Amino acid sequence: MMSQVEKVVNNTTNIRVKTKKSFLTPKNAPYFFIGPAFLLILIFTVYPVISSLILSFQEVRGVEKSFVGLANYSRLFHDPIFYKSLLNTFQILIIQVPIMLSLALLIAVGLHSSMLKGKAFFRISYFMPAITALVAASIVFMILLDEHFGLVNYFLSFLGVESIQWLTTPFWAKVSVIIVMTWRWTGYNMVIFLAGLQNIPSELYEAASIDGAGKVKQFFMITIPQLKPVFIFTVVMSTIGTLQLFDEPFILTHGGPNSATMTITLYLYETGFKFFDFGYASAIAYVLVLITAVVSWVQMKLVGDLEE
Amino acid sequence: MTTSKKNPAKIVIYIMIIAGAVLSIGPFYWMIVGSTLPSGDIFHIPPKLIPGDYLAKNFQSLKESLGIGKIFWNSLFIALVYTGVSTLISAMAGYAFAKYKFKGKNLFFFIILCSLMIPYQVTLIPLFEMMVSFNWLNTYQAIILPSLASPFAIYLMRQNMQAVPNSIIEASRVDGAGEIRIFFTIILPVVRPALAAVSIFLFMSQWNSLIWPLITMNSKEMFTLPVALSSLIGMARIDYGQLMLGTTLSTIPIMIFFLLLQKHFISGILGGSVKE
Repeated sequence: MMSQVEKVVNNTTNIRVKTKKSFLTPKNAPYFFIGPAFLLILIFTVYPVISSLILSFQEVRGVEKSFVGLANYSRLFHDPIFYKSLLNTFQILIIQVPIMLSLALLIAVGLHSSMLKGKAFFRISYFMPAITALVAASIVFMILLDEHFGLVNYFLSFLGVESIQWLTTPFWAKVSVIIVMTWRWTGYNMVIFLAGLQNIPSELYEAASIDGAGKVKQFFMITIPQLKPVFIFTVVMSTIGTLQLFDEPFILTHGGPNSATMTITLYLYETGFKFFDFGYASAIAYVLVLITAVVSWVQMKLVGDLEE
Repeated sequence: MTTSKKNPAKIVIYIMIIAGAVLSIGPFYWMIVGSTLPSGDIFHIPPKLIPGDYLAKNFQSLKESLGIGKIFWNSLFIALVYTGVSTLISAMAGYAFAKYKFKGKNLFFFIILCSLMIPYQVTLIPLFEMMVSFNWLNTYQAIILPSLASPFAIYLMRQNMQAVPNSIIEASRVDGAGEIRIFFTIILPVVRPALAAVSIFLFMSQWNSLIWPLITMNSKEMFTLPVALSSLIGMARIDYGQLMLGTTLSTIPIMIFFLLLQKHFISGILGGSVKE
C-alpha cells in the first residue's frame, strides 16, 4: 500500500521534472511577464508621484527640507506669473485645438472624396510636418517668423501687410506658438481622420443619396456621427498635449515677451531647474494634475451626455 | 460618378488643397535647402529656393561647434535601445493583462491606467533628485530607464493582444511549449503590426523628447539632438546654416523609421481604442 503511494508520488515528481524544463507555469508566468514593467512603474512613476506630493508641502533649501504646510499653494494663488501661465495655456488650448481639428477634418474629407486627383501626393505633403522633429519645427519657424528678415513677413509684404513683430510682442508671440503647433500637428490628426473616414461603410452614403440627401447633409448626418469615436480620441489627445505644452514656447520665445507664452510646464521647468525651488515647482505640478483630472472628467462627462 | 464638367467649385477646392500642401511642405523644403546655404543666404530676399554648395562647410562647423557625430549617436543609441526594450516590456505586460488571470491583475491594471492619465511633469523633480542621488546625471540610463515602461504602450499592446485567439495558446501548451516560448515564437509574430505601431510611437516620443534630456544632460558631449539644437539658439551669434543642417539631420531618422513602419502606424495607434 505504502509503496504504491510512494510510486505514484515518485512518478508524478518524475513527470514534473521531465516535462517542466521551464520554471514558468501558467500560474506564475503572468508575474514574470508583468514584472519588469510593473517594477519600473513603481520606481519611476508611483514613487515620484507620491514624493512630489510630499515635496509640494515642503520648502527645499539645498539639501534641507522643511514642512511648510500649504504655503507653496497659497503662494501660487498670489503669483501673477502662474496665473498668466494658466491663462496662456487655456487660451492656446481653446483657440488652437478647434482650428487644428477642423482643418484636419476638412483636409481629410477633401482628400477622401473621389473626385480629387493626386491624392497620394497630397496625403504625403500634408503629413510631412508630422514627421519633422519637434524641435526642428520650432527652430525653422523661429527663423521664418523673424521680424526683420523672416520669409513670412516678406510674403505678407506682397499683400500690403506691415511688418509684424511675431516673436517680440505678447499678442503675436502667442499667435506664433499657435501657428507652429497647427503646422506640426494638423497633418497628424488629418491622417487619423482619414483612417476613420475609410472605415465608414459606403452603403450609408449610397442609401442617403438614393433618399435624396445632398453632400452637405450627408456630411452632417453620416460623416460627423460616424467619426465621433475618432473625434473624441483626437480631442482628448490634443487637449492633454496642449496642457503639457513646453517645446514650442521654449524654443520660440522662452516664455516671453512679458510672459505672454509662459505655459504651466515651462513655468514649472523654470521654477524647478533654473531657481531650484523644488517645493514650489511640485505645487505647480500638482495643480497641473488637478487641472488635467478636471478637464478629462469634463470631457468624459460631455462624451457620456452625447452618447445618451 | 463622372463629374467631368469643369465646375468652378472643383477649381476652388483644388486651389485650396494645393495652397495647403504648399504651406505644409514649404517650411520643410526650406529647411532642407537652408542646410546647404551659408548663414547669410538664409535671410536672403528674395528667398533662395535652390540648394547651394555649402552643405560640407555647414557640416564642418556643426562638427566643430557641437561635435555632431557624438550627439547624433547619443540620440540614436538612446532612441533605439529605448524603443527595443520598451516595446518588449510593454508587449510582455500587455500579454499578461490580455491572456492571463492572476491575483492582483485589476490592481496592477488600475495603477497602469492611473499613470496613463497623470501628467509626466509631476515626476520631473523627484526623478531629478533620484538621478542626482544615483549619480546618474549625464548617463544614458538616466534618459532611458524612467520612461521605459510606457503605460500607453502597455495599454495598446493589451488591446491588440486581446484579439489573439486563446485556442492557439491552449494548443501550444498541449504540445508542451513553455510559457516563454509561446510568447516569443507564437504571440509576438502574430502581433507584429501592433509591435510596429508601438515602436513608431515610442521612437518618435523618445527622439523628440526635450525637457527630460535637458534636465539630466548638462555636459555637452552627452547632449541629445533636441538639447544640442536648443543650445545653439541660446548662443550670442547664431550660425543659421549650421542650425538648419542640424534641424534637417534631426528629422532624417524619424522619417526613415516612420517610412519603414508607417503601414501599421494608424491601425496600431487606433487599435482597440477607437473601434466601433
